[in-house]
Amino acid sequence: MNARYAIEIDGLTKRYGSMTALDRVSFRVERGELFGLIGPDGAGKTTLFRLLTTLMNPDEGTAAVDGLDCVASYRQIRSRVGYMPGRFSLYADLSVEENLAFFAALFGVRVADNYDLIAPIYRQIEPFRTRRAGKLSGGMKQKLALCCALIHRPSVLFLDEPTTGVDAVSRSEFWDMLAELKAKEISILVSTPYMDEADRCDRIALINEGHLLAVDSPRGIVSAYGERIYTLSGGDMYALLLAARRLPHVRRCCPFGAAHHLSVDADFDAAACRRQLMDEGFADVALQPAESGIEDVFIKLMNHE
Amino acid sequence: MRTLSVLLQKEFRQLSRNKFVPKVIVLFPIMVMLVIPWVTTMDVRNVGVTVVDDDRSTLSRRLVDNIDASEYLSVIAVCDDYAAALALLEAGETDAILEIPDDCESSLLEGRLKKMNISANGVNAMKGSLGSRYLMGAIAQTLAEVQAEKGLPASVEPTVVRNFYNPTLEYRNYMVPALMIMLLVMICGFLPALNLVGEKETGTIEQINVTPVGRFTFTLAKLIPFWLVGLVVLSIAMLLAWGVYALSPAGSVAGIYAAALLFVFTMSGLGVAIANKSDTMQQAMFVMFFIVIIFILMSGLLTPIDSMPAWAQKITLFLPPRYFIEIMRSIYLKGATFGDLWHDFAALGVFAVVFDLIAVAAYKKRS
Repeated sequence: MNARYAIEIDGLTKRYGSMTALDRVSFRVERGELFGLIGPDGAGKTTLFRLLTTLMNPDEGTAAVDGLDCVASYRQIRSRVGYMPGRFSLYADLSVEENLAFFAALFGVRVADNYDLIAPIYRQIEPFRTRRAGKLSGGMKQKLALCCALIHRPSVLFLDEPTTGVDAVSRSEFWDMLAELKAKEISILVSTPYMDEADRCDRIALINEGHLLAVDSPRGIVSAYGERIYTLSGGDMYALLLAARRLPHVRRCCPFGAAHHLSVDADFDAAACRRQLMDEGFADVALQPAESGIEDVFIKLMNHE
Repeated sequence: MRTLSVLLQKEFRQLSRNKFVPKVIVLFPIMVMLVIPWVTTMDVRNVGVTVVDDDRSTLSRRLVDNIDASEYLSVIAVCDDYAAALALLEAGETDAILEIPDDCESSLLEGRLKKMNISANGVNAMKGSLGSRYLMGAIAQTLAEVQAEKGLPASVEPTVVRNFYNPTLEYRNYMVPALMIMLLVMICGFLPALNLVGEKETGTIEQINVTPVGRFTFTLAKLIPFWLVGLVVLSIAMLLAWGVYALSPAGSVAGIYAAALLFVFTMSGLGVAIANKSDTMQQAMFVMFFIVIIFILMSGLLTPIDSMPAWAQKITLFLPPRYFIEIMRSIYLKGATFGDLWHDFAALGVFAVVFDLIAVAAYKKRS
């Protein structure tokens, strides 16, 4: 199969009653690309996955996976894609190896046929192969789910929030595994609410409330939309946030973990502002230039809507 | 076919690992067959009778003795006036009052018997009506004895009633086949519904829906295990009926299994269809329960269809258990053959096909 794009979406719209979950979304995923779908809960990520994996029909627009139309050729698509839903949805009362053999058989393959593909992942859970899937830890469940989604060697892999609720180390390991799969020419569409994972993707799409905000490489997005950013911390953080918003040449000030992020104009004078805040009675004010990240861009684009 | 066998293997594996379902499959029929036939008896015994004796004759004393001697009746008290007897009835100590009028004996000897009066407590309609019938029987018998002794012509020709197929009108014989049907309704209707909605609630069906498995194969894999379960349940129930109540089918066992199989196809199809249209366990259970109640109360399981109003009788034509009940009772008690019952088999066959097709059609892999 030599479709040019792994995924091609054009004007895709899905409504639930009066609520529009996806509003004219269009983008393309290249073959062999690791494409990230970044957005908060309720952005429409899962809806998009359900449309692309042929679990739902769109109201408007078209979508093609592996060159096949999602509505007309849904049967062919089902044997070519792997889908890992956001919720663990393997059989908790079957063992690890039984789950794997079951899903392999449903696709008409044997585990041995594609073992090379899953081997690096499966080896990590192999010591527990007789354990019931329901009794696995979160990270192991996720690895098993990935194995089951890969066992028929899909050409496109859909991963809906695979790292949600997984510890930081396992998350990092998981992205390493995706990089390996990419090297084996599997196109991957992965969604995540974590902005810090965006950098692991080749390209990302920022999505919010059913609208596509931007599509580009992580670096491209930051350089296209990035602004001058300062981090600000010290003393009473909430009062500081309010005070910072009144400073001259500050466009936005948002809480951002331990420090606030200020996005500022070209005329912004950091030293003068720091002095002004100290005069207003804030102790230990630290105001430093920082690099704009995906999250800053996301907040900016979200506010522009 | 290979996919079907893989799916079936998975279903049986899950069934055997389930902590709850295998116990239900074995214990439910045992409990129902051992306990329910003893408690759901409609035979009325120990009807309390109070006699208001205005006659005080040999005849009236003989009546009291005969009534008390009856297996079903017992004389609570003999009062002098009706008011005292009524007080007993109101207090719930007696179920029926018999008034023997003054000069009853002499009127009998003259051949113009005075009317006796029976008043029964109708709160428990069954006990009231059956009790007064037993009472009338006891009186008629006594009068016939006396008339025969005195050489008088018998005033009433007593009607002889003989019940075919269930000679003693043992209610249990009537109930046991009905209980088997109830077991199949519950187990083969509820379990597949629970199983399928369970897959929806845990989200596993989502994973199945993105595979190339066809809905026909998937539905069949959900139905087949419960067809076997149904036959196991029926076998347990029939063994218990034979072992405990000495009740074995008068007709062919194969006929019973054939009908049961058709009925189990129907019930499991219904359960799966409802599960396909439900999002949660509660929703599926509520709808199932509603239908099961109608099945149990309206299809002649407990009360005869002939005594329902005409419109209700028409509704029963659309209830699959109606035909199964007819087949079960006829084969069990009458020894009917397939030839006698072919139209019931045909109706059940149509229901089986229709309900299983609905089960397949109701399953949508995409919304």
